[in-house]
Amino acid sequence: MDQFAVKVFVRLRPSVLDPAGEATKSASIKLGAEGIKSLRIGKMIEVKIEGNGENEVRGKIDLLCDRLFANTVIEDYEYSLEKL
Amino acid sequence: MDNFTVGVVVFPGSNCDRDVSWALEGCLDLRTKYLWHESSDLSDVDAIVLPGGFSYGDYLRCGAIARFSPLINALDEFVKSGKRVLGICNGFQILTESGFLPGALVANKNLNFICDDVELDIVSSKGGWFNNVDEKQTIKLPIAHGEGRYHCDSDTLKKLVDNELIALRYKNNPNGSSFDIAGITNEKGNVLGLMPHPERACDEIIGGTDGLFTLKSLILK
Repeated sequence: MDQFAVKVFVRLRPSVLDPAGEATKSASIKLGAEGIKSLRIGKMIEVKIEGNGENEVRGKIDLLCDRLFANTVIEDYEYSLEKL
Repeated sequence: MDNFTVGVVVFPGSNCDRDVSWALEGCLDLRTKYLWHESSDLSDVDAIVLPGGFSYGDYLRCGAIARFSPLINALDEFVKSGKRVLGICNGFQILTESGFLPGALVANKNLNFICDDVELDIVSSKGGWFNNVDEKQTIKLPIAHGEGRYHCDSDTLKKLVDNELIALRYKNNPNGSSFDIAGITNEKGNVLGLMPHPERACDEIIGGTDGLFTLKSLILK
């Protein structure tokens, strides 16, 4: 069995308003940061997972992303995978 | 109807389960039964309410974890059989997460947790959940949510409009919901999800009775 470290990034789709991102953008500007054009907040999920090779593990992660980690009505996801 | 029993689902973090049960029993004389979320035996209930609250602490997304409970798995057959399911607030979020209703509920536009009474237009009484046969097209119900902004893509919205699946719209949209949507039904009409709390409007002494009709309609076939 191989072990992999997976980082999943879940983001609100561009068409979905992100009020938390807007509030943080506003605070960033108040802090004095200049030039911020856009700020959106997502989630990062770290998973350590075992499987027989990368393909099998990708299959499991795809299922998790589709069915649990992201709600694809409002969110997109992508992930990176590193063999340990 | 003597033995008609409404199942009130209890998740870890539900907090309106007792309100729903009190309203059904105390105001409508209906029998209720609490259903723990790990139960998948729905054989002795005739209708189900998914109450408000914070199931599983709203971890990941509101309703996302509750969706995987044995009870929600068993709900598919229950809904297909035509029995009635009412999802209130967090219950609505669970119904969208689990695919019984389209769209999703996301953070309110202004990020506030809104606790208020709101005026609602009855758009459709599909499924008989609302009384719009007379001139009374508007009702007032309490809302209490931080993530009640209904969102769906334009195709889904068109489908909701064309098929008369929008049950309630806010008169003064408090949370930024698409098309002012406060509640929707499935195509068959036996599943209703709404953000307002009908169970908190069942007695004049606590501010109104506009929620009674919806709870009472749980007994419809």
